Amino acid sequence: MVDKFIEDKGIKVQIDTEIEGKTGSIDFNTLKSGGLIKQRQKDMFTVRLRCPGGRVPLSKLEKVVEVAKKYAGDYIHLSVRQSLELPYVNYHNFKAIYEELAEKDQKIASCGPRIRVPTACSGCEYNPNGIMDTQKMAKLVDEQFFGKNLPHKFKISFSGCPIDCARTSENDLGFQGAVKPEWDEETCTGCRICSKACQEGAIESDVETGKPIFNPEKCLYCGDCVRSCPTDSWQERVKGWTVRVGGRHGRHPITGHKIAEFISDEEVPSFIETITKWYDENARGYGRTRIGVVLQIPEKWSDFIKTLRKTFENRVLKNPKAPTKNEIHFE
Amino acid sequence: MEEEKRGEKAASSLNLKGVICPINFVKTKLRLEELEDGQNLEIIIDDGEPMQSVPRSIKEEGHKITRVTKLPDGSYKLLIRKGGLRNGR
Repeated sequence: MVDKFIEDKGIKVQIDTEIEGKTGSIDFNTLKSGGLIKQRQKDMFTVRLRCPGGRVPLSKLEKVVEVAKKYAGDYIHLSVRQSLELPYVNYHNFKAIYEELAEKDQKIASCGPRIRVPTACSGCEYNPNGIMDTQKMAKLVDEQFFGKNLPHKFKISFSGCPIDCARTSENDLGFQGAVKPEWDEETCTGCRICSKACQEGAIESDVETGKPIFNPEKCLYCGDCVRSCPTDSWQERVKGWTVRVGGRHGRHPITGHKIAEFISDEEVPSFIETITKWYDENARGYGRTRIGVVLQIPEKWSDFIKTLRKTFENRVLKNPKAPTKNEIHFE
Repeated sequence: MEEEKRGEKAASSLNLKGVICPINFVKTKLRLEELEDGQNLEIIIDDGEPMQSVPRSIKEEGHKITRVTKLPDGSYKLLIRKGGLRNGR
């Protein structure tokens, strides 16, 4: 039976396991916070699993399939943000599902106004373009920040290189790998390969000597020059994360822009801490509002940048750009 | 003559003009497999995408490009030393 017009609010269901610290009679919003999403069908829920960086070890996946066969529909849905979702789960089976998934340490995700499971690209250990280790960071951020309550949902993503597969500009907070190259004249033979390898026109070759003329303004920090140089005359000077803030998708998308460069792995947690703390304090009075919306208020934006400079001084860009609307429905 | 003196004589050569990516690199890779470490392969590839990505792939496989020559028709001749980056040669 399809119950299309279910009124989620107010209705409660009897749950025999603990969800979000509650048990017994639980409302739909609490269930949603616990990664349990009400379906149109009576008593049916979708269970969203916690899969940081979209990486699911086979031992967990096998358990998920086993559990799905017993308690869920005949397929798994891959969510847009890299989760496995089990549809058509009757709420009477929540307890069994929790317990059986826990045998392989597979956890349930979260919805609602809090830090979500971080997404990430496939990983630098085998992707030839990878500069920074996105999978390591997705795991770390999941462990340290997942579920932290905030004024609205808060999505974090990691891309290993400037190709930006994890779309850092569309997340509340996005980290994208970057490498600043450095050229050594001594070992350079003037072969011109770097100027061919550079897709951005940031490297030209001297007509006479063939040696590179570097134009840093055009550099995307992708490292193609470093990877192609036959004599290793282009080297990695500094690697780190380019940070974008305030992006979102949805009905009214916002594009987040670059605010900082070359943030190290070690600094990422304090970066997230600083930003989410500011968001928590400054979104008060605006209701359930994404950080990108708050940051479009000029006074808020300058206060935000000032706060970041206190800790990350020179890594924060000189004139960072506030998030911008990217209207898709009313052109 | 000069090439021979410097021990850079090509043991094999491939004209890959008009061959698109990644076929040009695959052919290069297969031909390199027939050579011994330290031997040289000479290839000719087009400017543009081939010059943008083939040298990088060659480096990733551990071979060293020891000479790049631009030909009058705009294509490029590369001399590749097999395993030249793997063995520190």
